[in-house]
Parts: sequence; C-alpha cells; structure tokens
Amino acid sequence: MKSIAEIEEAIIADFSFLDDWADKYNLLMDLGKELSPFPDEFKTEQYRIQGCQSKVWLKSHLSQDKKVVLEADSDALISKGLVALLVKVLNNQTPEDILHAPLNFIKEIGLDSHLSPNRANGLASMLKQIRMEAKVYAQQTASAQ
Amino acid sequence: MDIAAIRQDFPILSRQVNGRPLVYLDNAASSQKPRQVVDAMSNYLLYEHSNVHRGVHTLSQEATVRYEQARATVAKFIGASKSEEVIFTRGTTESMNLLAWSYADAFLTQGQAILISEMEHHANIVPWQLLLKRRPDLRLLVCRIHDNGTLDLEDFHAKLADQVGLVSLTWTSNALGTINPVNELVEAAHNAGAKIALDAAQAVPHFNLEVAKVGADFVVFSGHKMCGPTGIGILYGKLDLLEQMPPFMGGGDMIKEVSFSGTTFNEVPLRFEAGTPSIAEAIGLGAACDYLTNIGMDQIAAREQHLLQVANQAISEVKNLKIYGEAPDKAAVISFLIGSIHPYDMGTILDQYGIAIRTGHHCTQPLMERFQIPGTCRASFSFYNTEEEIALFADALVKTSTMLNR
Ligand SMILES: Cc1ncc(COP(=O)(O)O)c(C=O)c1O
Repeated sequence: MKSIAEIEEAIIADFSFLDDWADKYNLLMDLGKELSPFPDEFKTEQYRIQGCQSKVWLKSHLSQDKKVVLEADSDALISKGLVALLVKVLNNQTPEDILHAPLNFIKEIGLDSHLSPNRANGLASMLKQIRMEAKVYAQQTASAQ
Repeated sequence: MDIAAIRQDFPILSRQVNGRPLVYLDNAASSQKPRQVVDAMSNYLLYEHSNVHRGVHTLSQEATVRYEQARATVAKFIGASKSEEVIFTRGTTESMNLLAWSYADAFLTQGQAILISEMEHHANIVPWQLLLKRRPDLRLLVCRIHDNGTLDLEDFHAKLADQVGLVSLTWTSNALGTINPVNELVEAAHNAGAKIALDAAQAVPHFNLEVAKVGADFVVFSGHKMCGPTGIGILYGKLDLLEQMPPFMGGGDMIKEVSFSGTTFNEVPLRFEAGTPSIAEAIGLGAACDYLTNIGMDQIAAREQHLLQVANQAISEVKNLKIYGEAPDKAAVISFLIGSIHPYDMGTILDQYGIAIRTGHHCTQPLMERFQIPGTCRASFSFYNTEEEIALFADALVKTSTMLNR
C-alpha cells in the first residue's frame, strides 16, 4: 500500500505534464469517472456534504485492518473530480495518517483556489468531512485498545 | 450613450481574470461601482464626516445636510412625492424584515393572509415565515406562476380574495427576469382592501420606477445593485402608513424623548433609522442615483433591452440550451441550462474564460423546485456591458459545453 505522500507525488507528476487549464480540468473530470459506482440508495441527506453548490455524497467505514474506506459521488463533474482526488489520496489509509496529512498536492497542482471559503464547490468542506469521520474512527480505535 | 466613456468610469471592467479580460455578467447579484460614487464617498469621509442629527457644530450640520440631500435625491430618483417617504436601511432584506416586524405585525389581524408568489427571492419569503412563527394566526399564500415565468394572474386574483391584508411581490424576478404588471397588481390589491409591497431590487437599476404613480404602498431595494455601495438600501412607504407604523429597532436617533417611565418616538423617517446610520453609504447611493440620472434611466432601459436581444440571438446557436423565464416583458437576465450540464461546472469553466455569471438557486429555492431543477446559470446584463462581451460569452458557452458534454 502506497503512503499518502507517495500517491500525492504521483498525482503531482500527472498534473505537471499539463500546462493548459483545460487539460487540468479534463484530467480532474476523468479522475471523477474512475470513482467506483456509488449506490443511489446512499445519495441521501445523511451522506451529503454541506457547503457545496453541487451535491456531493461521502460514505466511509473502517475496514478489518483499521483503514478508512471512502466512497463518494457528486452530481457535478468538477466536484466529482475534486472528491475523487481526495478519495484517491486518502482511501485505505489509517485514521491517524488522514488526520495528519498536510495535503500539499492541492496547491502543487494549482487547485488551491478551490479551497477558498467562497468556492461553492466545497473542496474545503469535503476535506473537513473526511477528517471529521477519520477523527471519529481514530477515537473508536483508541478506546478499543 | 458613449459606452467607451461610461466604461472608463468603472475601472474594474478593465481587469483581467484568469489571464483574460473580465466579462462581468453577474450584475443582478451586484453591479459594479463608478468612480463618481466612490469619489463622493471618499470625499465625504476624508473632508466632511461627522455624526448626523446630533451635533451643533459645523461638521455635524454639514454631514446632516449631505445625508438628507441623499435622501431627497433617492426620493426624486424613484418618483416619490416626499423625501420623508424614503427610509434608509441596510438593503432589500432589512427593508422586508422591517415591514414584517413593524407593518405586518401591527396591522394584520387574525386570519388575514400575506400573498407572495413562487418567484420570490428568499428575502421576500423568510421574513413572512418568521412572522408566522410569532403570529400563528396569520397565513402565507403563494401565487402560482406559468411555465414561461409570468405570474398566474387568475390564481393571483383568486387568492387575493382570501382575506389578504398584504401583498408582497417582486417587481422584477432576479432568477427569471420577469417584469410583473405592477399597475394591475396594485390596483387589484387596493380594490381588495389590501396593501401592497414591491421588491424592486431588480427593477430600480433598470428602469424608471415612478413609485408614486404606480401607487404601491411600499417599495424596497438595495443600493449595491444600482451602482451604489453595499450596506445601504431603501424602504419607500406612503407617508400616512409610515406615520402609523411602530418602530422596528430601538436606540438613538429614532426617539423623541427617553425616560424610564416611557419613551416617545421620533417622526418618520428617523423613527425607523435607529442608531448612527450608514452616512457615507447613503451619500454614495445618492451619487449613484445622480450617475444613473445623468445617463438617463430611459436610455439605460433601452440599452439593456438591446443587449438582451443581442444575447438571446448570440446564444440561440448553442445546442440544447434551455432558457428559464421567457416572459414577454423581461429584464436583461437570462437563466439557462445546457443539456444535463451542471450549472456549477458551467460557472467554473466559464470563470476560466474570464466570464462571471451566477450559478445555483439564486436565493429562489422554491422557484427552482417549481421548475424541478437544482439551479440555473444566470447571465445578467448591465448598460455598461458590450456586444463584444456578449460575443465572448456566447463563444465561451459553446467551448464550455463541448468540454463538459462528455
Ligand atoms: C429580487 C431580490 N430581492 C431581494 C434581494 C436581496 O437583496 P439584498 O441581499 O441586497 O438585501 C435580491 C438580491 O439578491 C433580489 O434580487
């Protein structure tokens, strides 16, 4: 299993070949397409991330080996690409690693404008939600020990 | 109209965004500000500022005169018969809340209803819902609209007959552009014994209102959508009504005399302007009225109708584009969706082309629900936009929809 930093490096490399903003967005949307299908039955308010202009759903669970498993979807292509990026980097990592990852890659690939509070796509909200769920899992594993 | 010269008054219009010339088509959310408005405000703040209505010293007197002059300018601009009928608020939203707290709470009686419509901005929905929480004896009625975005007048007249005490409707819809037939609505409301308030946030920037002639009891709008600053807006009300209304907020300026045995309230309009007002902003709004008057509201209306036509023509070639709001009488606003493309994706990519439009529900969620869509893309034009900008917009729409149709 690759570490968060290793996956980030790979993504930075993919994006660094592209000078054109359009190519970057195309790659982002392609990443969205690679997300495994998100069952319609979970596209409910319960799994919806607040603070996005488009609808974004996120569902997680803790696997047997104490890794956070993430599933996500969105009704907009760019939001789906953004959440897919986060899933790509953070899926199957431990709660602690998720909580401590600085995630510099977002800036490196030039998508940090999407982190600004006014951005209605809510990359910041997505990240906050993933970290919140990781925190719950971290507390669960700590108290189980 | 010398558009090139006018654009010189708005330095922001020469900005680059994402490496491209800015094409600002989000005027319905907020207009840009001409130098004249900013100069009036900075001049006041740098050389003339003091508190109003309080000091006997020269500066306070000067500031009071400037503030009251701004009121008179706004009154003249909207065709009010008296300056006192113009109350400074923070904007449309505050004006509506003032009406709900003061007028509606005091004058609507048990069982009476407030009549709004499906095309209202949240600012003309939520204050009434809050009122109903305090006054469960009142009712809220919602007039339907037709698929083309016009008011269903049959439904309006039917609902009006159901003990309506106050009609509160938008003059011009921010999401659809529909201009409502206000003369007919005012007459019908009055014949039914109801008062009528009009949300003119999207009307006052675009044509001559003539509020006294129209005869509405209340008219509300915001400064920032009409080339003025943020933080200032207007509640216009007929003087005899305002004089009977209780205050909305308490504090300085709105009182005649305060004692612990009881307080008497100031005359209108100061009764509704508790605390130190937004003096510089009021002066800025006055300057905005002067600026628009100098260009001429009739010229502005004609210019924007022309731009709307040019834009409709330009985007007619975009495949699968559906326009929401096709009222015959329409402001320069185009709400649209292209195929199944999400408005958010559209807005994000257009931004890369330097084009600013609004995407989402436009604070009209019940309207979006009415059309069963999550939101739209909205391009809204102002007199300072150009045919070239519209061409850039149409071109970017084609490129963007090709990119997003995958
Ligand atoms: C029709 C309409 N009403 C009310 C408002 C609220 O205006 P403000 O936010 O300036 O109070 C707006 C602006 O978004 C509007 O377009």
